[in-house]
Amino acid sequence: MKLVYFSWIRERLDRTEEEVELPETVATLGDLIAWQKTRGEAFEAVFEHDRVVRVALDHAHVDDRSEPLEGVREAAFFPPMTGG
Amino acid sequence: MKPSGHDLSKLSPKCDIRIQREDFDIAAEITRLTRGRTDTGAVVTFSGLCRDEAGALSALELEHYPGMAEAEIRRIADEAIARWPLTGLTAIHRFGRIRPGENIVLVIAASAHRQAAFDGASFLMDFLKTHAPFWKKEHRADGSEGQWVAAKEEDDDALKRWEERP
Repeated sequence: MKLVYFSWIRERLDRTEEEVELPETVATLGDLIAWQKTRGEAFEAVFEHDRVVRVALDHAHVDDRSEPLEGVREAAFFPPMTGG
Repeated sequence: MKPSGHDLSKLSPKCDIRIQREDFDIAAEITRLTRGRTDTGAVVTFSGLCRDEAGALSALELEHYPGMAEAEIRRIADEAIARWPLTGLTAIHRFGRIRPGENIVLVIAASAHRQAAFDGASFLMDFLKTHAPFWKKEHRADGSEGQWVAAKEEDDDALKRWEERP
């Protein structure tokens, strides 16, 4: 799956995007966030405040952490938006 | 989302969504939206500018999610078109480095009568601020490291007024 990052989350994790091989146990968005927390200090710090991190799956906002990941090609992580 | 219950004998509303680095010309955009039809009686425009506070800001850097920004604004525009009898809707959002006094965003809503145009433009801006994937970073005039602009709670509050409306 392709993971992309924006704003201060991109800066904190020091990457704009990456291709990852997810463990088979990662089935939902909640699982993906839990998995991200295991990837080192920077990830733990970013994903600790779960509700601050907003998620889009294949370019659509998803709030529900039980959303299944099957068929999803791209997951994006970003803080609350400040456009306009 | 498809608008329902609209009279099929009417022209369908024009909808123009653009994400661009370049500036825009407000008068030219109004003309583009209203040209070629005579059923528009009201046009409301909103433009958002880069604002300096006390000379501290040198520029804003607008970051966006290229694959999603246009799709998300289009979803919001489709919702506005489904809720109000609009004859046209334009939304242009810039990205990149923008200096104080320069344009950031433009929304134009056209309708037969003014209330739908006011409401449509206001609705689009409220959702654009909280749902369109853009983030602002400050570049400070003194050269020090700027901050990411924090989201405002009142932006979320602004959404609530649309929950009970038509």
